[in-house]
Amino acid sequence: MTNKTTMKKKKFNDSYLFILPYFLVFFTFVVLLILISVILSLTYYDTINFPSFVGFQNYINLFTQDSDFMQYALPTTIKYALIIGPIGYIIAFMMAWLLAQVAPKLRTVLAIILYSPSLTSGVLMTVIWKVMFSGDTRGYLNYFLLNLGIINEPVQWLQDTRMIFGIMIFVGLWSSMSVGFLAMLSGILNVDKDLYEAAYVDGLKNRWQEIFYITIPSMKPQMLFGAVMAVVGTFNAAGLAAALSGSIPPPQLAGWLIVDHMNDYGFGRYEMGYASAMSVVLLSIVMVFYSFSIKLFGEKKIR
Amino acid sequence: MIKLRNQELTKTERVKRKYLRKARRNMKRFQGIKINPSCFHVSQLKFIFLMLPMLLITVLPLIYIFSHAFKPLSELYAYPPRIFASRITFENFRSLFIAASQTGVPFLRYLFNSVVSTTVTIFLSILLGSLAAYSFSFLKYKGKKALFGLNQIAIMIVPVAIAVPRFIVMSSLGLTNNMFSHIIPLLAMPVGVFLVKQFMDQVPRELYESAVIDGANNWKIYTKIVMPLVKPALMTVAILAFQASWNNIETSSLYVDNEALKTLPYYFSTLTLGNSAIAAQGMSAAASLIIFVPNIVLFILLQKNVMNTMAHSGIK
Repeated sequence: MTNKTTMKKKKFNDSYLFILPYFLVFFTFVVLLILISVILSLTYYDTINFPSFVGFQNYINLFTQDSDFMQYALPTTIKYALIIGPIGYIIAFMMAWLLAQVAPKLRTVLAIILYSPSLTSGVLMTVIWKVMFSGDTRGYLNYFLLNLGIINEPVQWLQDTRMIFGIMIFVGLWSSMSVGFLAMLSGILNVDKDLYEAAYVDGLKNRWQEIFYITIPSMKPQMLFGAVMAVVGTFNAAGLAAALSGSIPPPQLAGWLIVDHMNDYGFGRYEMGYASAMSVVLLSIVMVFYSFSIKLFGEKKIR
Repeated sequence: MIKLRNQELTKTERVKRKYLRKARRNMKRFQGIKINPSCFHVSQLKFIFLMLPMLLITVLPLIYIFSHAFKPLSELYAYPPRIFASRITFENFRSLFIAASQTGVPFLRYLFNSVVSTTVTIFLSILLGSLAAYSFSFLKYKGKKALFGLNQIAIMIVPVAIAVPRFIVMSSLGLTNNMFSHIIPLLAMPVGVFLVKQFMDQVPRELYESAVIDGANNWKIYTKIVMPLVKPALMTVAILAFQASWNNIETSSLYVDNEALKTLPYYFSTLTLGNSAIAAQGMSAAASLIIFVPNIVLFILLQKNVMNTMAHSGIK
């Protein structure tokens, strides 16, 4: 009896040692941060004086006083997410599906090319887009369009407020083949081949039906992982507009996202409480997207 | 006569025959499974053709940074703009090197900071992540399910969204202005833990049980049995940690004031943000190349492991 309890105790301690190191960083840099966000969002905090409780004042100001937030940051973020999220996800799935039809060696090469934009951060790669969309005649796109006679004078792609958002969408779609894309690719490759054969015997008519009745249902877990990664990637586009236009903030706040607005208040004006309120709003928006993708691809749990 | 035969048959037999006729008809439409072919066939060209626009968009930037980085200054100014360099030069790399020394910090110092912080981040991420994954997959303890559920939810937390509280925590823990500022905030990687755990779930339970019967303790099972078996997942975590650390600008710009402790990508980002002149273009392209090449080389080397891991990446 005593032997049994000591053994039990030993095993018990052991397990906690394995999880402890990760738990410490996880708690400090994920759980705690979210708690702090929520608490600080209810205070006024300038990093020097102790935070003072202001109730929901930050949220009220955010939604009623801050026209930059309501007119630019919020709608731009939602618009950007609604476009990049679903379209980027669909493109990633289509690319994965097409790649799955190609012979292995070639597939590897093409997959690396498609995945390459995700290998480095978008902001670091803006050097490329700056030259491609440069406003003078030396910019590749301007040169190309001038030569074709589509435009008569160079377009100021990166200074035009309407163009910046379009270019952001383009850059976002360019880097939409993320880790989720790799997951979906391996998901498609691992669908049981007998399933296809059986389905065609049962009267599957074409490849569209094949995708919707066999491929997607048999790789739902990977589809969900891909969707989650797509949501995470979508909201990571901080500083893109500023990097593209070369000025902070970009002209007329074009392409100004909640993240940019938050960083501006948090690290530019040291209004940490107000910035925290924005991060809570942002996290709530991410949650909405997340629960939507679970509704789409999550397996219905039977209790 | 056929009628007569039909009457002789039992009902099940009739249904079966009808089904087989229909199946044979259906099978005519089916021209073999196209997914995951073993070798190349001309019919695959149409799929490549469909991918072509996306492939072009993703491959052009690669070609661009490679050629721009090696272009001499005269060609950067050239009109009409050319994609490929006609003469290869290392001028851009040299001016990048010199420009760095003008900030008072030698180029190699930035490189050293980046290499050290990235290496330590990779090592610690693998260690912490695999220990946690081992406990999630093999061990039994109170609160395990809740903790794993929390980790699952944390996968979707966008790091930039909690930059403000992270800054506050970092400064109150005294994690500013030292090498740990680049390492500690990147160690919590819920995706990595999740992927390794999923991979560990594939390890047969009999293996674990027989090791326990043989008297091996958890640490021994973890190091000697489980870790070698989940190498692909560990390599995937290594890639993710590498990307998070090597490309990171945030840690240098927010937590470090001392120029001598900042990292390479941060220094490069100041180059591209400040200068829009054409002279800086060549330099920026060279900088992008220096950052990008290790990324792609590592991915090419480890891509088999990554694909292997991704097969078990599903969230249920």
